[in-house]
Amino acid sequence: MKKLIAVVFALLPALTLAAGAKVHLDDAMVDLDDQASLQRGAKYFANYCMGCHSTKFARYNRVARDLGIDEKDMEENLIFAETKIGNLMKIAMRPEDSKKWFGATPPDLTLVARVRGSDWVYTYLRSFYADETRPYGVNNAVFKDVGMPHVLEGLQGRQVKGTAPVVVGFDPLTGRELTEEKEGVLFLAEKGELNEKEFDTLARDLTNFLTYMAEPMAKDRKEIGFWVLLFLAILFVPVYYLNREYWRDIH
Amino acid sequence: MSKFQAFMGWLDHRLPVTTTFEKHMSKYYAPKNFNFWYFFGVFSMVMLANQILSGVWLTMSYNPSAEGAFASVEYIMRDVELGWLIRYMHSTGASFFFIVVYLHMFRGLMYGSYQKPRELIWIFGMFIYLMLMAEAFMGYVLPWGQMSYWGAQVIISLFGAIPYVGEDLVTWIKGDFLISGITLNRFFALHVIALPLVIVALVVLHILALHEVGSNNPDGIDIKKHKDEQGRPLDGVPFHPYYSVHDLVGLVVFLFVFCFVLFFWPEGNGFFLEHANFEEANGLKTPEHIAPVWYFGAFYTILRAWIWDIGPLSSQLGGVILMGAAIAILFVLPWLDRSPVRSWRYKGWISRINLVVFGIFFVLLTWLGTQPVTELNKWLGWIGTLVYFTWFITLPYISANEKTKPVPERVTG
Repeated sequence: MKKLIAVVFALLPALTLAAGAKVHLDDAMVDLDDQASLQRGAKYFANYCMGCHSTKFARYNRVARDLGIDEKDMEENLIFAETKIGNLMKIAMRPEDSKKWFGATPPDLTLVARVRGSDWVYTYLRSFYADETRPYGVNNAVFKDVGMPHVLEGLQGRQVKGTAPVVVGFDPLTGRELTEEKEGVLFLAEKGELNEKEFDTLARDLTNFLTYMAEPMAKDRKEIGFWVLLFLAILFVPVYYLNREYWRDIH
Repeated sequence: MSKFQAFMGWLDHRLPVTTTFEKHMSKYYAPKNFNFWYFFGVFSMVMLANQILSGVWLTMSYNPSAEGAFASVEYIMRDVELGWLIRYMHSTGASFFFIVVYLHMFRGLMYGSYQKPRELIWIFGMFIYLMLMAEAFMGYVLPWGQMSYWGAQVIISLFGAIPYVGEDLVTWIKGDFLISGITLNRFFALHVIALPLVIVALVVLHILALHEVGSNNPDGIDIKKHKDEQGRPLDGVPFHPYYSVHDLVGLVVFLFVFCFVLFFWPEGNGFFLEHANFEEANGLKTPEHIAPVWYFGAFYTILRAWIWDIGPLSSQLGGVILMGAAIAILFVLPWLDRSPVRSWRYKGWISRINLVVFGIFFVLLTWLGTQPVTELNKWLGWIGTLVYFTWFITLPYISANEKTKPVPERVTG
């Protein structure tokens, strides 16, 4: 016990310092009203992620309803497991197996956007790079020594880390891009099926979907919130005058 | 005689309904010069009601087991009709409870509401605050997220710093050698039954004691000195209807602010619901940065401020003692303030500046508690801790010796 206490205390400063080193994250530009993007995100998620990652706190039919997907379409195109549409989005892979295969069980992703933030997810998806020292030949600039392979490599292409020109600004006169050679940047060494813009859109769709997934009621919440605030604002008027009426004679 | 009056007559013969209502509401005379700061007592009561009501409904779907707790909270958030609203009312509500309680306490400091004859009111209030901290801590463990688990780990292990009995005490509190489902279950029992009962009882005592001596006011003067022929304070108004309608206005404004946060900003940028707590508890994976929820921040900073090993005073034990002292010293405040006047309006300028500085540093300490320790933060923590204790220690001398302003006979509005 004493040891544990000592460890916790000894770790405190180190743990908190570790949180200091931050990687730059790109803006995911999440838009929960963009239903087409959410639907595409759901499709990509089912096709590329759900082999290993569950979203076990969410149900298929809720996703279908929220994203405006017909239940039949959902069953035919997005449900690959032997399950019913009203069930939770679990996966068949057993945690013991995946731990053996990847060194760590792939985490459930229902809440990943709330744990790490949408921008993190978006940047993470686009930050894999070739690293021969890793078991799957890739590392990630946002998640050091990540255990998973780069599932989207065929689409994105092969990124490497090295010295490359980076756009640092624009020439005020000509409007031309000004570039500078920088170390430790990611750039494409081999092209994938998608160009850079298409791939960014795909990553954004996935991020959008995972953001929805983390808090599926976010839109309802704001909508109900609007009416609650409106009610309170209206209630303020009679309450204010009632108070004024009573206090009129008190000096 | 109307039927209602007949019924009330029947009731009053058997239960003191009317006399109680009169004693505490319609014939309880409160000073007429209450200002903005006097809203926060009522707001605290409203938040207590909010916590109890939302808590009861959460209990209906929550599963207090290590295997099921985290999933049941997500079940409430997703599958229970309006469950997300109930959950946010409770989780964001907890933060708002502390916000209004802190402001309520600061009001007491400004106007000397803890001074004679209101010492007991202050002490009951401090017990409420203490129980509230225990309640909030145990409640935070229940969602069984990473911060629930590791926060509990850090806080419970503090008891291990106590010499001789520490280690056994830690095991006894956990009910296990690790934080486990057993710990979760007992915290659930304490959180939903034991502590709420104690808190409600203390609130009743707090208010009974208040109504016995009467409310203080921003001038810190006794309104009972000047009464009319019927013995009613000239500067007082019956709580009901005057303050009930008055508080209603404040309450609507407060609810507007609360609901705005609740519906549009429930996580409070990670301050009301920490991001790491959306990840299920994992005893094998220590989070990068273990931080308490903001309302414990000040005391956590004071705990971390002691980093030396001096003789038997290890860095752990020293921190625990320092934190205990920081809370304990609040209880004796009524006897530390020796000023002949209550309100800071009539105290000397040193007292007034000191109180503002104290308030600012308390906020700073609170913020530091949520932040990682850096070289700068470490120094700020030391300075803040020093200021915190210095304020209490110098209070008797300053309050007894400084020149005060003459206190008016009647309230100034």
